[in-house]
Amino acid sequence: MSFTEQHPAFLKTTGGPDWLGELRNAGIARFAKLGFPTTRDENWRFTDVSPIRQTTFTPATPGACDVARLLQNSGCGDWPGHRLVFIDGVFTPAQSDVGTLPAGVRLGGLADMLAETPEALQPYLGTGAVVNGNSFTALNTGYIRDGAAILVPDNIDDSATINVWYISTGATANAVTQPRTLIVVGRNSNFTVTENYLGTGDACYFTNAVTEVMLAENAALDHTKMQLESETAYHIAAMHVHAARNSRFKSHAFTSGGAITRNTINAQLDGENIECTLNGLYLGRGRQLIDNHTCIEHAHPNCNSYEIYKGILDDKARGVFNGRIHVWQDAQKTDALQTNRALLLSDDARVNTKPELEIYADDVRCTHGATIGQLDEAGLFYLRSRGIDTKTARGILTYAFACEAVTDIESQPVRDTIEQFLIDRYRQL
Amino acid sequence: MLEIKDLRAEVECTPILKGLNLSVKSGEVHAIMGPNGSGKSTLAQVLAGHEAFKVTGGSVDFDGKDLLALAPEERACEGVFLGFQYPVEIPGVSNTYFLKAAINAIRKYRNEDVLDAIDFLKMFKSSMKLLDLDESLINRPVNEGFSGGEKKRNEVFQMLVLNPKLAILDETDSGLDIDAVKIVAKGISQFRNDNNAIVLVTHYQRLLDYIEPDFIHVLSDGKIVRSGTKELALELEEHGYDWLKNGDSQN
Repeated sequence: MSFTEQHPAFLKTTGGPDWLGELRNAGIARFAKLGFPTTRDENWRFTDVSPIRQTTFTPATPGACDVARLLQNSGCGDWPGHRLVFIDGVFTPAQSDVGTLPAGVRLGGLADMLAETPEALQPYLGTGAVVNGNSFTALNTGYIRDGAAILVPDNIDDSATINVWYISTGATANAVTQPRTLIVVGRNSNFTVTENYLGTGDACYFTNAVTEVMLAENAALDHTKMQLESETAYHIAAMHVHAARNSRFKSHAFTSGGAITRNTINAQLDGENIECTLNGLYLGRGRQLIDNHTCIEHAHPNCNSYEIYKGILDDKARGVFNGRIHVWQDAQKTDALQTNRALLLSDDARVNTKPELEIYADDVRCTHGATIGQLDEAGLFYLRSRGIDTKTARGILTYAFACEAVTDIESQPVRDTIEQFLIDRYRQL
Repeated sequence: MLEIKDLRAEVECTPILKGLNLSVKSGEVHAIMGPNGSGKSTLAQVLAGHEAFKVTGGSVDFDGKDLLALAPEERACEGVFLGFQYPVEIPGVSNTYFLKAAINAIRKYRNEDVLDAIDFLKMFKSSMKLLDLDESLINRPVNEGFSGGEKKRNEVFQMLVLNPKLAILDETDSGLDIDAVKIVAKGISQFRNDNNAIVLVTHYQRLLDYIEPDFIHVLSDGKIVRSGTKELALELEEHGYDWLKNGDSQN
């Protein structure tokens, strides 16, 4: 059965207020109309999702999982902070550790919060991620059920990180989960959130994630997404960010899992003096396809955006980067900087990269640079001339390329985990 | 230590070295001079094993080993060091990490224990001071953002740290002001002893004012056309390379 055909049954098993039912219906209706994108769509030109379209996915039922051990094996066992764990899409309080929160902060599973205080979510849910664009976002909206809900009121500055774990056990064959993450940060509040996707084993499953971020005036959010799905899984994710004036948003997206991965980030800079940083690092091997599409809407004057994406592709892996920067006519004094660099370790690896700058204001500074290359031969010879063998020299240079994209992650534990991941993968290349 | 016989090499099908002979013994310093394009740097690169140069004939014996049969890293492990004319910048790799990897690669090759948690700053402090290198350099990426002089001094520093048997220094003095030349010369003199050998590839007499070579060779069109002692350098300085070419044809 298709997603559209399964939908009535889904609605029967999940309750909720009328507005939510309407939102879900609008989502599935939109998806039914759009269908899955094809490579004829400009936004999906290099990313063929037909393997997803051709597979019949069933809703996941939570499987067994030794979470502590999985986190340990993934190098994140010792991350401090609040912890929300979702197993196969369902919030698992027994594995979570919400801890002590500043007064007024709400943190938990979306399903629970929808059952208890739906009115707290109504002003936000579905407003950041508009369904009338992307068909995967529409599909996720049709199936909104659970995910991390983080509601931060005004004037809260918590130094503790909120770590969200979405774990796929692969217990159900061809399982689908559609986590919905909602992060609302109130005025003058400052928060750090990590959103992490882990898979176990080599199961085929499909994660269709949507994250909505809403930043009020003078709010700040540091967001890291670490995607370590199984390399046979499909991971489609969209993050929709709405930023009000004087707010700061920093995103770091690390991707190494998934047979097909698509990360879409849309950032609406809806006010003056906003600072938006979008950084990313992706590592592909085998036949992995990793696609990063970012879009920054500079709608008002005096906003800055910084963007650095780096990719390393080996074997027959493919990368796609599309960085759209849209500067509206009113958005004078915009400062936008975009860099994307890809390192190809094999002759068969490929990357399609496209900076897409659309500028209607005349007093702006927008720069972009894209490079695609192989390891520097001169550097390799230099290392070898000092006694270091080719394999190690390649590993050192690859690690160094990646590391430059890691040093600016604010969170030390996250940085350590990713650095260790890079060492394990590339030092002994 | 080093016995080069009738060495011929080409780059992109253009012959550069055309039958070069050179013999270097332990404890000796040889200076290779010659006009631009004579093949000085090619010789240095060929000895270090750069793959852009194709050896088309001749042999190089290094302490009883066929040097040309070895990979660049094996040559380094056997004790050959090339001081680069243009040291390469390696962003993201700190000097400490780089040196540690090099030292341990060489130790491993020689079946010695690898050094793990050692205090590099402490170990290298005196060499850094000798070369007037700021200690912060040790944690900076290799050559990145270094001035021209710092890069050359860093090459000599690496030579002191790795302590090779044979050091080939390719125009280590070029692009340096006179004070920097003195510093570099100090480093080379510190290194010089009876058990190692140095081949100085240089365009000018200048460096030789501070490091007295045992032999001077003049390279022209891929061959050594004249060998002599330090007086040869003075004659060259006075008359230029043209004098030598004429002189050579008269011989």
